[in-house]
Amino acid sequence: MKYMFIMRSTDEALEASKAMPFEEMINKMGAYNESMINAGIMLGGDGLADLSDGTAFVVDFSEDPPLVTDGPYGETHELFNGFWIVQVASKEEAAEWASRCPLGPGSKLEVRRVTEAADFAEFADNEYIQKEEGWREQEAKLRAENA
Amino acid sequence: MAGPDAEGAAVAGPDPEGSAVAGTDAEGAAVAGTDPEGSAAVRRRLDAVWRIEGARIVAALARATGDVGFAEDMAQEAVADALLQWPNTGTPRNPAAWLTSVAKRKAIDAWRRAERLDNRYQLLARGLQDEDATSWDPVPDDVLRLVFTACHPVLSREAQVSLTLRIVGGLSSEEIARLFVLPVATVQQRIVRAKKTLAAAKVPFDVPEPNEWGPRLGGVLRVIYLMFTEGYAATSGERWIRPDLAGEALRIGRVLVSLVPREPEAHALVALMELQASRFGARTRPDGTPVLLADQDRTRWDRAQIGRGRAALARADRLGRGRGTYALQAAIAECHAVAPSVDRTDWAQIVLLYEALGRIAPSPVVELNRAVAVSMATGPATALAIVDGLVSTGALRGSHLLPSVRAELLARLGRPNEARAEFVAAAALAKNDRERDVLERKAAAT
Repeated sequence: MKYMFIMRSTDEALEASKAMPFEEMINKMGAYNESMINAGIMLGGDGLADLSDGTAFVVDFSEDPPLVTDGPYGETHELFNGFWIVQVASKEEAAEWASRCPLGPGSKLEVRRVTEAADFAEFADNEYIQKEEGWREQEAKLRAENA
Repeated sequence: MAGPDAEGAAVAGPDPEGSAVAGTDAEGAAVAGTDPEGSAAVRRRLDAVWRIEGARIVAALARATGDVGFAEDMAQEAVADALLQWPNTGTPRNPAAWLTSVAKRKAIDAWRRAERLDNRYQLLARGLQDEDATSWDPVPDDVLRLVFTACHPVLSREAQVSLTLRIVGGLSSEEIARLFVLPVATVQQRIVRAKKTLAAAKVPFDVPEPNEWGPRLGGVLRVIYLMFTEGYAATSGERWIRPDLAGEALRIGRVLVSLVPREPEAHALVALMELQASRFGARTRPDGTPVLLADQDRTRWDRAQIGRGRAALARADRLGRGRGTYALQAAIAECHAVAPSVDRTDWAQIVLLYEALGRIAPSPVVELNRAVAVSMATGPATALAIVDGLVSTGALRGSHLLPSVRAELLARLGRPNEARAEFVAAAALAKNDRERDVLERKAAAT
C-alpha cells in the first residue's frame, strides 16, 4: 500500500525553524530521505516553497467563477509544506517511518493512504464494462483483420 | 544514514497503544498480559519494526557470531520475547536496539547451555556483553554480507528465494507462504534446511572475493528477478499477477542498489522491474483475466513508476560500463513504456536490443522475443522463419510459448487452420490457468 506523509507546520514552528542553521536542517532531512530510499520504500516527495516569494495562491470554488486569492490557507494556520509518498506493507510500517521524520514541536505529519483501484470497486462496473467492451471490439476487429 | 532513533522527539516514548495497555498498578499489568487487542497491536508493530530493521539486526548478530542461521534463530527468539513483554512494558524507545541486545544475550545463553565455552566463544561472548544495549550502529556492509550469504550458490534456488525474503526482506514464514501460495510448514522447512546447509558448508559471513564478485552478484540479481517474475507472471496457480511478491522483489532490489551503487546491473535490474511493474494496473481485468500488451489501456500504466524506471536505467548507463542483460531488457521495456500504442512502438530499436541481448545471453526465449519484434518491424513471414528455425532445434519443447507465438504469426499470415491447431497445442501446455483461458478463447475464435 502507498501512503502520503503530508507535512504541516504552524507559523510558530516555521519561525522556530528559521533559528536553526539551515544546513543542519537539510542534513537531517537528507539523512531521513536517504534512509527511506535505502530501505527501498520511498517513491517520491517534494518540499513546497513558503509564502514569502508570492508564488502561492488559493482558488476558492464556493464562487462561480472560482475566486483566486492570496489566502488564507485553512482554518488551523498550519501550512502544508511538503510531502512524501512511500510504499509500505502496513499502517504500522507507515507509522514507524513517519515517526522518524526529523520535525519539531508545532509540526505534524498527516499520514494518509493513497487510494488504489480496489477503493473504487463499487463504482468500477460502468467504467470497466465500457473498457471491456472496447477491448472486445478491438479484439473482434483484429480477428476480422486476421480472418 | 539516519539511525532508527533519528534524534527527533517524535521517536521518543513508548508505543501509545502499549502504554495504554500497561497500567501502573498490578491489575492493569495483569489485564495487559491477556488483552488480545494489545498483543495484536504489538504483533503488528513488531512486524513493521522487523520489516524495517530485521536485516540489519540479523546482519549485526551474524557479524558477532559468524553464523547467519544461528543469528536468525536468536533474533526470532528476541522477537518472541518482545511479543510477550511489550504489551506490559510498552514498546522500548529504540525497538531495534532492544531486539539486538536481547538476541545477543540469547546467543550467549545458548553457548553456555551448549558448553561452548572455549576461548573463541568466551571472547565473542565478552564482546557481545560489553556492547551498550542502547547503541545501534548497523553497518551497511554487514547487510551486503547477509545478501550474499542468503543467495549463496550452495543453496537451491528455492532456498535462496525464501531465505532472502526472510532475512533480507524481513518477511515472516507466514507472509512468504502466502506470497507463494504454499503451506507455511513447507516454507519453514525450506528455511530450516537452508540454514543447516549454510552451516554444513561452513559458508563464511562475507562478501565474495574479487575474482568471484561478478558471478556471485549475478546470482543475487537472479534471485531477486526470479522473485519478481514469479510475481509478474505466476508460473502456476489461479492468479496471473502477484503484485505483493513483485513489490517485495522491487523493494529488495532497491535495497541492493543502495548497497552496491557502483554496479550498473543492479540499477538496471531495478529499472527493469519498475518498468514492468508500471503495467500491473493494466495487465489484468477486475476478474483476474490477463490483458495482453496490445490490448492494454496505456493510460492505466503508472507514469511515476515509468519515470523511476527510466531514471534507474539512466543511472546504470551513466556508470559507463556498457549494457548487460538487465540493462538491455530494461531498454526494451522502456521502448514499450514510452510508446503511445503498439503500432507506434519503435520495433526496429527493439529488434536491435534483442539482437544485442542474444549475443551476450543467447537463449531460445530471447530468440522467440526477437521473432515477435521482427514480426512487428518487418512482418510475420520473416518472423515465422525465425520461429521455425527454433522449432527445428527442439528448443522450448514443452512450453506453450513457441506454439502460441507461431499461432499468432500464422493467423496474421491468413492461415487460420494451422493457427487454430497451434493455439490448441499452446493451451494444452499452459500451466497458468488464466493464460490457458486466453489461449483457448483464441483457439475458439480463430
